[in-house]
Amino acid sequence: MSEPPADWTKGEEAITYQACTSCGHVQYFHRAFCAACGESDPRVLRASGKGRVYAASLVCRAATPETRAHVPYNILLVDCAEGFRMMAHGENDLAIGDSVVASFRPFAGKLVPYFARTK
Amino acid sequence: MSFVTGVGLTSFGKHEGSSSLDLMSKAAQAALDDAGLKRSDIDGILCGYSTVSPHIMLATVFAEHFGIRPAYAHAVQVGGATGLAMTMLAHHLVTSGVARHVLVVAGENRLTGQSRDASIQALAQVGHPDYEVPLGPTIPAYYGLVASRYMHEYGVTEQDLAEFAVLMRSHACTHPGAQFRDPITVADVMASKPVAMPLKLLDCCPVSDGGAAFVISRERTVEAGVRIRGCAQAHTHQHVTAAPALHELGAEISIARAREACGVAISDVRYAAIYDSFTITLAMLLEDLGLAGRGEAAARVRSGHFGRDGAMPLNTHGGLLSYGHCGVGGAMAHLVEAHLQMTGRAAARQVRDASIALLHGDGGVLSSHVSMFLERVR
Repeated sequence: MSEPPADWTKGEEAITYQACTSCGHVQYFHRAFCAACGESDPRVLRASGKGRVYAASLVCRAATPETRAHVPYNILLVDCAEGFRMMAHGENDLAIGDSVVASFRPFAGKLVPYFARTK
Repeated sequence: MSFVTGVGLTSFGKHEGSSSLDLMSKAAQAALDDAGLKRSDIDGILCGYSTVSPHIMLATVFAEHFGIRPAYAHAVQVGGATGLAMTMLAHHLVTSGVARHVLVVAGENRLTGQSRDASIQALAQVGHPDYEVPLGPTIPAYYGLVASRYMHEYGVTEQDLAEFAVLMRSHACTHPGAQFRDPITVADVMASKPVAMPLKLLDCCPVSDGGAAFVISRERTVEAGVRIRGCAQAHTHQHVTAAPALHELGAEISIARAREACGVAISDVRYAAIYDSFTITLAMLLEDLGLAGRGEAAARVRSGHFGRDGAMPLNTHGGLLSYGHCGVGGAMAHLVEAHLQMTGRAAARQVRDASIALLHGDGGVLSSHVSMFLERVR
């Protein structure tokens, strides 16, 4: 059996999520079990990176020197096509409801997902 | 039955040279004096946490420092809901006979004990360590996200939110202990520096030094009686990424449970003490709790409904937004003010009738909720 795909939290240019093999529940925060039914070893799947903006907040006041270098940066909650919600960065002018697609950018020493409006 | 038999509150703002234990002690002494009790009368201690001086056993650290050997003691951590969560626990402890007089105390030199950046950074850690914190969010950003969605769904505007900052400031202007006492206008709020849009500086509570304490007792110790009529909690998530839809948030659940527990209706409430870390927090909680219709809380502010002379006086000390926010003690000031109002001791801020008060606390990002009804008894 192959290793589950890594994601941006491990430095890979990818967004992954988990799907329960028993009840089908999808979850974004990875765990050893399904948070809905408790079944162990949910499958790790690679997401398409497509979604819709659920909420957005342009951060203008940051608290560390590393993050301050990036202000203003737009923090988003994105409802992904596969049925989970995630936090990410995105274009500063995005609005709620916009269709977006993910790429990846460096931020404060790490790689983070960055969403742009779908052309 | 349980009663709030004494309350103590320091001024909020800068307490240069005071430690968290100093501020806790000052508030605790005031609460004991108010209840007419001695240290030896206290057999239970519940305390909050201090981000400046974290300790794995803060309640016993405080007990030793203050000079009490309680039969029951530990700290409680539920973010901004901690004060009311401790009060709820104290209510159950005295009602079930575990303790007779529980001292609930919190205090923190959050303003002078560490940099603002350190405070902001410490609080941002309520975010998910792998999936949120690396993105550089702050507490205002978490609430900014919620605000953007709430405004989108219910047609609330930035000017609407500004009304809550103006109201809390107008109340703080009449309290000598408040951190900010210069009147502000909606235009001032709109022109204040952007922090995490749509939230601007004056939409956000400040960082403060301060302390607050109460005594929760099985029986009254003084003539003026304030009884805990009933309380309940709800916890739906921790991280904003995992929050349910806006109409499924915990405040609606906890208030329904509290109403059911004690048979009090919202129409019975005469005074409101509601958590207000940001203007959006206050707007949403008022509407979630049923103190205003959806999207209508700001209009009620404009009409004077939540003013001192209005039908539902709200946070007459100025709330977190203007009295200040020293961590756990911040929201405890809401209960202290409610107690003063209910016992007719609020001086120039006194409202006509505070016979039944509704208190509500929120921790995390609308994650943990405690609703509580207090009733004046004669």
